[in-house]
Amino acid sequence: MARRKKKKFIAKKHTLMPKHVKLSEKDKKSLLEKYHINLKELPKILATDPAIQALGAKSGDVIKIVRHSPTAGEINFYRGVANE
Amino acid sequence: MAEKKQKKKTEEKKEPEKGKASEKAETPAEETREEQEEASKETSKKESEKESSEEKKPEKTEEAEKEKERIEDYEQVISKKVRSLVFGVLSPKIIKKMASAKIVTPELYDKEGYPVDGGLMDIRLGVIDPGLKCKSCGSKLKECPGHFGYVELARPIVHVKFINVILNLLRCTCRECGRVLIPKNRFEKYKSQLDRVEKELGLEMRRKKVSDIISSLKTINKCPHCGKKQQKLVIEKPTTFMENEKRISPIEVRSRLEKIPDEDLEIFGINPTHVRPEWMILTVMAIPPVTMRPSITLESGERSEDDLTHKLGDIVRINQRLFENINAGAPEIIIEDLWDLLQYHITTFFDNNIAQLPPARHRSGQPLKTITERIKSKEGRIRHNLAGKRTNFSARTVISPDPMLRINEVGVPKIIAMKLSVPERVNQWNTEYLKKFIERGPEEYPGANYVIRPDGKKKKITEETKEASLEELQPGYIVERHLMDGDVALFNRQPSLHRMSMMCHKIRVLPGRTLRLNPAVCFPYNADFDGDEMNLHIPQTEEARAEAEILMQVQTQLISPRYGLSVIGCVQDSISGNYILTKDLKVSRKKAMEMLYSVGADDFSSLPRKEEVSGKEIFSAVLPEDFNFIGHSKLCQRCIDCKREKCERDAYVKVEKGKLVSGIIDKSSLGSESGLMLRDLHVKYGPDVTIKILERIFKLGIEVLTNFGFTTAISDTDLPNVAEQKIEEVMKKAREEVDVLIDSFHKKELESFPGKTAAETLELRILEVLNRARNQAGLIVAEHCDKDSHTIIMADSGARGNPLNLAQMSACVGQQAMRGKRIDKGYSERTLSSFKKGDLSPEARGFIRDGFKKGLTPYEFFFGAMTGRDSLMDTALRTPKSGYLYRRLANAMQDLKVEYDGTVRDASKRIIQFEYGEDGMDVSKSEKGTINIKRIIKRVT
Repeated sequence: MARRKKKKFIAKKHTLMPKHVKLSEKDKKSLLEKYHINLKELPKILATDPAIQALGAKSGDVIKIVRHSPTAGEINFYRGVANE
Repeated sequence: MAEKKQKKKTEEKKEPEKGKASEKAETPAEETREEQEEASKETSKKESEKESSEEKKPEKTEEAEKEKERIEDYEQVISKKVRSLVFGVLSPKIIKKMASAKIVTPELYDKEGYPVDGGLMDIRLGVIDPGLKCKSCGSKLKECPGHFGYVELARPIVHVKFINVILNLLRCTCRECGRVLIPKNRFEKYKSQLDRVEKELGLEMRRKKVSDIISSLKTINKCPHCGKKQQKLVIEKPTTFMENEKRISPIEVRSRLEKIPDEDLEIFGINPTHVRPEWMILTVMAIPPVTMRPSITLESGERSEDDLTHKLGDIVRINQRLFENINAGAPEIIIEDLWDLLQYHITTFFDNNIAQLPPARHRSGQPLKTITERIKSKEGRIRHNLAGKRTNFSARTVISPDPMLRINEVGVPKIIAMKLSVPERVNQWNTEYLKKFIERGPEEYPGANYVIRPDGKKKKITEETKEASLEELQPGYIVERHLMDGDVALFNRQPSLHRMSMMCHKIRVLPGRTLRLNPAVCFPYNADFDGDEMNLHIPQTEEARAEAEILMQVQTQLISPRYGLSVIGCVQDSISGNYILTKDLKVSRKKAMEMLYSVGADDFSSLPRKEEVSGKEIFSAVLPEDFNFIGHSKLCQRCIDCKREKCERDAYVKVEKGKLVSGIIDKSSLGSESGLMLRDLHVKYGPDVTIKILERIFKLGIEVLTNFGFTTAISDTDLPNVAEQKIEEVMKKAREEVDVLIDSFHKKELESFPGKTAAETLELRILEVLNRARNQAGLIVAEHCDKDSHTIIMADSGARGNPLNLAQMSACVGQQAMRGKRIDKGYSERTLSSFKKGDLSPEARGFIRDGFKKGLTPYEFFFGAMTGRDSLMDTALRTPKSGYLYRRLANAMQDLKVEYDGTVRDASKRIIQFEYGEDGMDVSKSEKGTINIKRIIKRVT
């Protein structure tokens, strides 16, 4: 059986996939301070989310997502990594 | 102790939910007892107080005593604050304890018509006849809340409403030892897991976790405690349990449930102090008090009993029969049959809408309304009586237009104005004024209906009481007078999807029987006059009136929060009128003044002193003198090299110092949802001035039409011969082209589009050709028609219609499509039996070549009717769907809010968006979502 090896799908390389970055401790602190919030009040992202597999993020980290927006061009969105 | 508590609480409730589960207050038992003692102490104290006060001052007036009672009532409310509610199940013991009568006979009344002792209408269960006193509590009708009774059931009966809980319990516990099917060592783990989930994610998640655990236990088939094998348990709906194809009787079920230890119940989310599972199998049944199932005396003197009483009669009768048969030692089959019958009656007593059971019916055949039907669904107690509030001081009728009303007015028929009223408090300055209203009474128009004394007693004004009311009237009294011009009212049209769907209007009392509104406010209400009805509410307090006037008046709602343009603007006639006026109208100065005066303008100083004034000058006269505006009319082509004032279409609208220098005023300046001039007026002069100017412009448009005439005639659709020929040619060419395409398709020479079959390609190509032909016909019509015809004026000004509509009338209706395809349904391989099979020509597939004026051929008409009905169906089906979709959306987002830091957060302050709309723009301050920077710069410099 000469089946060709299936190319692995990498979510990160898809055109519709916005850029995900892990925030440094310093940036995370200033972000939380800016909005006067704690981690729980941020929108969540699962640690098992395919988009952040490569980042190795753990619960408690904050992910920055750079999205394209029809109204504002490009915007930053932040999500707190959660386990469940 | 818990039982005692239950009893007390249930007695207080008039209707226990589902007849079985009742609410009990306070979780920690000790606390409750203390509180109850306190409460009873307090009531006794209060009673003694009342008595003593009566003794001391017997000569005190009635009013003073009422006042005192009111204060006491108030204090009582404070002392009984509900801290928590516990839901539980009544045990047989509690049922017996709280019952004040044992019911033993299904008979209701004896020969004299007196309730039978031990019958279902026993007077110990409460009074429903005026004059009688309750045997249990001694109070009269309306004072006695009613008391429960009970029946001893001959055999245990399963309660339908707990069937799922029972099934879960049976499946998840050992059939021999009654323990949960969880090994001892893991039991604690499960428990702590539940507690942790509750702490972290709340009660709702705990409940979910409980059901997760339950579903994981169902598959275990060996008891980890005693090692006994578990049998497969199924339920035969509605109320029979089967194990290995053998029926297990409610007695057996009950004994199994009894075996489940208290500490295991927590896993199931059951609190054993309030619920023991075996209580879900009834051995004793509570009989609801007569007060919740009163009988009605018919006109003929006959008594008609409530549905519940009928059902209870069946239960008691069958129960008695069962008792007798058991005692007489009847054969097992007869007893089983009666038992099943009793089960059926009790099941339908709780719920008469169970799928597997035929509903119990009246003799007339209509199903009985039993307990569940009373509570649930739209007509049930909760949605109808508790959540569904009704209002007084409101009116509803058909609406009709009245352009002579102010925009923020509503015309109210006199009949309504004399029914609705406004309370006005008497003071030393208005006594005489209000006395006149009372003098006129309820029959003569600006009169009054009621007088309210300071103690709250309401007295109707009639011919007889008029004199007395006049005499006693003094400051502090309240007169409920008729509605008058200038009173405030809330005006609303459903569906209220908007905040603009309910606005505050000033009342104008008018003759007639309809509510009148200015056609300019139709748009925000989405109203028309094809039979629409609207509601009117009259605020009754000073606070409500102030709030309505400041927050809800029409002018405050001018700018839509959704896109920042005015929702109120000129419509229909007034747009056409202003278009004609500002296009090239010239009238004598005298006529101009006449028109302006009738519009409400009284300052003619800005009108040039010429014999003949232009329409633009008339229009300028209603604008403020320092107003500047630049815009484009609808016809503007957005040329790159804009010629500004010298535009040949006169599409460059320029207002300088209150003078319309150039441009035609149309929908894009004045229309609702698009009027940029209205927006600028609002920004510069505020809502009140804008509404005034808008009113004048609106009336000016109508004035123009009434003076110069406006109609749409059949002759508007006439075409010159040249045009007819041109269109004929276009059609012929298109027809030929289609024929070529079909021909090549049949010869299999047609080149198909990538990813499409040849037949699909053909369809697409034909559609394209025909659409092009229709558009060409439209262009020819637009080119050759009379530019000054009224139909064209309407289309050009944006008042109504478009050039396509005109082309459909005068030249060609075009292709009729269903689901984006040409019509291909009907008979096999053809649309109508008058065509050949497989005919793909335009006319056989729904192309309407003729225009409406010339008339349609029969088959063309048929195709038109097909799409017409299809679209009618579509709208009728889509409206409720999209309405529900919107409702869900609105409910899901109702407490999202933009905080001061620009983030969008929900009720628990969690972030939804970091910047509102991702760009942080307030759309209500924009022009349809964008900000016109050029305009701002121009305004600043």
